[in-house]
Amino acid sequence: MDPVIETHKLTKRYGPKTAVDGLDLTLEKGEVFGLLGPNGSGKTTTILMILGLTEPTSGKVRVLGVDPARRPLQVKTRVGYLPDQVGFYDDMTARENLSYTARLNRIPSAEAADRIISAMHRIGLSDEVVDQQVGTFSHGMRQRLGLAELLVKEPEVVILDEPTLGLDPEAAHQFLRLIRGLKDDGITILLASHLLHQVQAVCDRVGLFRNGKMFLEGPVRDLAHEILGGGFVIHLESDDLQLAPQLEGLEHAVRVTSEHAGHYRMEARADLRQQVARLVLDRGSKLLSMHLDEPSLDEVYASYFEEVPDAS
Amino acid sequence: MHREGSPWQGVWTVMAKETADHLTGARMTILEVLMFLASAGAIYAALSSVKSGGQDPFVFLTLFTTAKAPIPSFVGFLGFLTPLVAIALGFDAVNGEFNRRTLSRILAQPIYRDGLLLGKYLAGLVTLSIVMTAIWLLVAGLGLMFLGVPPSGEEVARAVVFLAATIGYGGVWLGIAMVFSVVFRQPATAALASIATWLFFTLFWGIVASLVAQALSPSPGSLQGVLAQAGMEQNLSRISPNTLWSEVVVGMLHPAVRSLGLVLPVQLYRAVLGSPLPFSESLALIWPQLTGLVAGVILLFTLAYVLFQRQEVRA
Repeated sequence: MDPVIETHKLTKRYGPKTAVDGLDLTLEKGEVFGLLGPNGSGKTTTILMILGLTEPTSGKVRVLGVDPARRPLQVKTRVGYLPDQVGFYDDMTARENLSYTARLNRIPSAEAADRIISAMHRIGLSDEVVDQQVGTFSHGMRQRLGLAELLVKEPEVVILDEPTLGLDPEAAHQFLRLIRGLKDDGITILLASHLLHQVQAVCDRVGLFRNGKMFLEGPVRDLAHEILGGGFVIHLESDDLQLAPQLEGLEHAVRVTSEHAGHYRMEARADLRQQVARLVLDRGSKLLSMHLDEPSLDEVYASYFEEVPDAS
Repeated sequence: MHREGSPWQGVWTVMAKETADHLTGARMTILEVLMFLASAGAIYAALSSVKSGGQDPFVFLTLFTTAKAPIPSFVGFLGFLTPLVAIALGFDAVNGEFNRRTLSRILAQPIYRDGLLLGKYLAGLVTLSIVMTAIWLLVAGLGLMFLGVPPSGEEVARAVVFLAATIGYGGVWLGIAMVFSVVFRQPATAALASIATWLFFTLFWGIVASLVAQALSPSPGSLQGVLAQAGMEQNLSRISPNTLWSEVVVGMLHPAVRSLGLVLPVQLYRAVLGSPLPFSESLALIWPQLTGLVAGVILLFTLAYVLFQRQEVRA
């Protein structure tokens, strides 16, 4: 089956600055893809090119098999977009805002009215709120209203730009759960964010993006193996100050660092807690604490960009 | 590159929404009050000086043009209120969407940028037409009541052309305001720039035209020289939409006017001065000015479109 979004050597230059540099990206139907990178790495520019809102300098984009630069209306009918810090018309009610978008999408008004009600229920905005002016809404409510707009539109692909930015952790968590719910409807999702730890939980696959280039791509766990040399990080505390060489001698151990005396951080390709505990006790030392980190993208990210010198 | 899909898609949706916004907004109420007071003042001035039952066959048209110091005529009021209303309707058309962060959300819906721009422009024009027609009817209706003389068919035709030209004149200023709303991110800056442009054309363009004509034209030692300089000055002054509109007003509301330029005595030989031109002749006289106003609207819209198309959507 054809990929839902496909870019080939996609490049965008603004004068001498290259915002996106030869990007190859493929999204299969029904997956959640996280485009992760620091601010200013070219994520939004990539999204705008996928939507046909900015013309690529060179390279190819296909969305649902259609070129967004040449047939933008077709692409924009089938793709939903939630910009970062989405705005609504403050002097109109939530319902009026959504039905305006529905009219632009040529959804018959009776059907639009039904869809608006069910969308508001699904995102958890109550019936009184529907007829309130959006000017009174909090940032979190606006963000949810943006999601309701996508539900009304019923797109095949959804593109979200920094959807959790500015939300408190609880709201962000709820919001991501709602996004995950879109996947169950069979919608393909592209999620751009710099908040790795929030986003990694909902993504099937992620791409690490920096200076307009995608350096790495794959499922979170695979990336952890590739970059950290192992998916497991063990934190250890002991009164034994000469433990590091011993720990490195263990099978599957990758790297051991010690930041303070007695505190060790060990990376490994397997869960070595059992072996570590035995080693410490056999030496007659005290095992004060031990803790296993789940591999996290933050670490992948930090570690990766430690190794790759900043291009700029 | 050929693009697919109708450029009209979404235009009427945008137009309906924007027109509703204009008509219900507080800004509109202020303008309506202002326009109403102006026309009431003007009609009072006109009625107190126009004598009904006189010899003038076009007494109805004098309603629009008669002033009584210190109150200017209805036409005088329109001359500066029309640009003001048009600017008020257009100065935040595009940058307002930027600042509300709604632009990228709307452009992600199936609509072209020119569709959005056209929808907004048409909404402004429809609103302007509603306001202008209402005031025009108000003045005509009051005149009818107090004068007690029904207008002739020709007077109605002349007054309708006058109304259409005034809407076109407003359309030019709406276009200017929308161009500035694309250029400047701050609505306040766009409003200021529009008003500065209006002041420039109202106060300074006549002076500039005359200076440029003096500088470029050959020294006016001869009659030809004088004529060439005056002709150039007049043509230069016609770059201003204000000049075009006031020439239309003169041509339409003063049926006796036979020429908008210089007239030499030799051209008036055997002319019956003071006798009115037929409607068709007056229309022919001001036809270039009407065309100029329409062309101005099209040029300004195209300029706004090109600028908007080149702009990045991201805030």
